[in-house]
Amino acid sequence: MAGKPKLYYFDGRGKMESIRWLLAAAGVEFEEKFLETREQYEKLLQSGSLLFQQVPLVEIDGMKMVQTRAILNYIAGKYNLYGKDLKERAWIDMYVEGTTDLMGMIMQLPLQSAEMREKNLALIIERAKTRYFPVYEKALKDHGHDYLVGNKFSWADIQLLEAILMVEECKPDILSAFPQLQAFKGRISNIPTIKKFLQPGSQRKPPADDKYIANVRKIFNI
Amino acid sequence: MSGKPRLHYVNARGRMEPIRWLLAAAGVEFEEAFLETKDDLKKLQTNGDLLFQQVPMVEIDGMKMVQTRAILSYIAGKYNLYGKDLKERALIDMYVEGLADLNELITSNFFQPADKKEEHLATVMDKATTRYFPVYEKVLKGHGQDFLVGNKLSRADVQLLEIILLVEESKPDILAKFPLLQSFKAKTSNIPNIKKFLQPGSQRKLPLQEKDIPRLMQIFH
Repeated sequence: MAGKPKLYYFDGRGKMESIRWLLAAAGVEFEEKFLETREQYEKLLQSGSLLFQQVPLVEIDGMKMVQTRAILNYIAGKYNLYGKDLKERAWIDMYVEGTTDLMGMIMQLPLQSAEMREKNLALIIERAKTRYFPVYEKALKDHGHDYLVGNKFSWADIQLLEAILMVEECKPDILSAFPQLQAFKGRISNIPTIKKFLQPGSQRKPPADDKYIANVRKIFNI
Repeated sequence: MSGKPRLHYVNARGRMEPIRWLLAAAGVEFEEAFLETKDDLKKLQTNGDLLFQQVPMVEIDGMKMVQTRAILSYIAGKYNLYGKDLKERALIDMYVEGLADLNELITSNFFQPADKKEEHLATVMDKATTRYFPVYEKVLKGHGQDFLVGNKLSRADVQLLEIILLVEESKPDILAKFPLLQSFKAKTSNIPNIKKFLQPGSQRKLPLQEKDIPRLMQIFH
């Protein structure tokens, strides 16, 4: 029975956010079941639904999918956001892994001490400016197309926008030296499904705040 | 001009080892260019050969591929080790990501402070036997086939064997309670390409030694 995909996670970004972005960009409606207490988490663990006893969990097409990358790969493949052949997929994978690394660094920040957070924030900004954004700026400049790979909207574009917005939350003027990325951000934000996702009231989650972190710690006993 | 894939990395397992395993299992001959000094890494960086300034990097089919997962996915896709359709690929991906997590846990043991290593290793072995290996034992039991997905060798099988052997290096009897994984290990090890890779003199790399760590750290930091 095909229903809407159902996402099991906390009411926050974490590892589920990239999945929400991809589904939203593909125009796929989805439901969410938020883990709010330790009891709910333990119930999920006992249900045997979590292959490796971890969330994210996405029920989709009769499968109980876990592991963020597996879920993202499946959605991208299913909704034609993964290029037209192996080589395009290789480029999409490389670009996506880069933005995943960058966003991964940002995701760790709320869990760190104030001192580590300051140090890592500076590192994130430096990496964004010197290691990651120049790559995407150059890719867009070199082929002059609207999208990163194959002149067609793909998962790589969605994740790049997600990463840009996340870094801008850390440093609003981060794109000042990247004109291609500025134009890219404008274009991709205007794609109807994405525009809708960017509006208040969508299923997009806000950055982690202290309350969210406290809740996650409580549920995981950390 | 297509030649053999060329792997750029240090002469150690690290993040390149799963790639070596997969190429070997696919019967693909490959060359290796080892980074021995920090300058070797800097040279690749200044040449613009490393998309995100990092290794692993694999020259393959006219591309300079980086990012371990991207490289593994490409090789698996090219050599038909990635299932026959999206759903098989989904299962393979889930299994492979679980193994990658376990691999990270094991390799992170090296970087634990000396007084925490033993405790950390015990935790890792516990996870192997309660979180990860039971999953694969159950999958094999469920369908009774030789391979994890679709009754055909895939990257999931190659990676499972790699991880089993890795864990056994720390705890030789780790498969005591997993009879199907024991026979999986035996059968998969006997596949000709894999059997060859497991023999001395192959391009498979040895476990990391304490004495190697300063040299490797110096290249990357």
